[in-house]
Amino acid sequence: MAQADNPGARAEALGMGDLEPGLQRARARHEWRARVAGILYPAAVVLGVLVLWEAATRLFAVPLFLLPPPTAIAVSFIANASLLAFHAWITTVEILLGFALSIVVGIPLALAIFLSPAFSRSILPLLVSSQAMPKVAVAPLFLVWFGFGLLPKVLIAFLIAFFPIVINTAVGLASIEPEKIYLARSMGFGAFATFFKIRLPNALPAIFGGLKISITLAVVGAVVGEFVGGDSGLGYLLMVANGSMDTQLLFAGIVALTVLGVVLFLLVEVAERLAIPRHIIAGGEGARDAV
Amino acid sequence: MAAPSAVQAGGDYLCLKELSKVYLTRDGSVRALDQVSLRARRGEFLSVVGPSGCGKSTLLMITAGLLPASGGTVSIDGKLVARPRTEIGIVFQSPVLLEWRTALGNVMLQAEAKKLERAAAERRARKLLDAVGLGGFEQKYPHELSGGMRQRVSLCRALIHEPDQLLMDEPFGALDALTRDQLVLDLQQICSQRRMSVLFITHSVPEAVFLSDRILVMTPRPGRVDRVIEIGLPRPRTLAMRDTPEFAAYSREILDLFLARGVLREH
Repeated sequence: MAQADNPGARAEALGMGDLEPGLQRARARHEWRARVAGILYPAAVVLGVLVLWEAATRLFAVPLFLLPPPTAIAVSFIANASLLAFHAWITTVEILLGFALSIVVGIPLALAIFLSPAFSRSILPLLVSSQAMPKVAVAPLFLVWFGFGLLPKVLIAFLIAFFPIVINTAVGLASIEPEKIYLARSMGFGAFATFFKIRLPNALPAIFGGLKISITLAVVGAVVGEFVGGDSGLGYLLMVANGSMDTQLLFAGIVALTVLGVVLFLLVEVAERLAIPRHIIAGGEGARDAV
Repeated sequence: MAAPSAVQAGGDYLCLKELSKVYLTRDGSVRALDQVSLRARRGEFLSVVGPSGCGKSTLLMITAGLLPASGGTVSIDGKLVARPRTEIGIVFQSPVLLEWRTALGNVMLQAEAKKLERAAAERRARKLLDAVGLGGFEQKYPHELSGGMRQRVSLCRALIHEPDQLLMDEPFGALDALTRDQLVLDLQQICSQRRMSVLFITHSVPEAVFLSDRILVMTPRPGRVDRVIEIGLPRPRTLAMRDTPEFAAYSREILDLFLARGVLREH
């Protein structure tokens, strides 16, 4: 750290002609260190917690059904790999369908809210109450209506996940400097071109912010659906493991769900980076480097 | 759209007639412009100088067809302006660049709006960027450029479709003094190469005297035409000219008006 603090002085010591390559080397080194630290530090923390956990459960002879040590969870994870994979696949399908439905419904809804103040006034109270309402409470109702299959889970995932997309998209579309709109009009862009060339790209960082919240909520929604009534999926597996006091498997299921959630989140991030230049992603460059 | 007509060359083209603008606010109405009349000659560099809040920006927005007037008319070559005028070039106080487009991409936005042939437009865009000292910065995004560079990009965007009229709303107001001087010189150079009619809004007296053929001085709100001053300095104008007695006399005349109207106070 100490050497990287003053790249200017270091570069200067190399002579004026070498100033720029020296600076660039110092900067590259600094960036490399930051990247390594970004992986190393959290890994060290996780490892530390696991070691403490393992030691504590063994030292105090904690019963397996209460809190299994990490190694027991790992063994269970590997032994049940194909079972976990099967249920994870079901849950993934539910999440992705719920998420896709959120986009397909959420974005046009946001567009309508943005375009029509009357529609916005009539629909917003309904939307807000739909979010205030606890989704777990509706889940049994969905069971009655749609049975035990895929559909109720997809709908619950959708019900939780679509709201941030609607709100972020509507806010993103509305928040634009008036000068950009004046500019578009003075250049001769029609309403259609103004929307697609200026307003929509302007809103993309906000929209992706909504999508990232939404994908994590879709995971919650699918699992809630499986909890309430299902015969497959990771949520169902958790219930079964819980019922049979197989706490190792319960933890293995939680690990699988966590990994699934993180992977899906990262996929949305990849899409975001493809869609918009890095520097205008909501949260800024610094926040991104920290991830 | 009103096409520039050759018949009128050298004569009046822009005519503001008893233009008024009233804004409604919660505390009642504010009169921003009061019966402003003016005629601008083709090929002329006309500046509008006045204190903050005298409605100069409003005047430009109405002239550009971007805001409706509350009373009076704007006409170009005898045709009333009733909607945004797309044939002109316009530069706002802030650069108004699209953050997700490069410098070149931002200039090309105008070309896309005008449906210009892409390859030729891009060649011209590169040439324009080069002319204002942005050669090599074509692929940079706005956040990688300084304030002065961004405003230069915005100037290129206003010029790529080769308009014969340029409307500028305090374009250099947010820049440091040195960058300002350079951009003023750049603008003079551009205007001399292609005879353009410019309506230039500013609150800087030296900037107006340096650039203009005529200066319209406005009163404090509600904005009225106080005096129109012809600037007889020879062209091209140089930075050294700012220290001549003639230049100082023009500045003095405007400052005296501001003192007389209470815009400036000598204690």
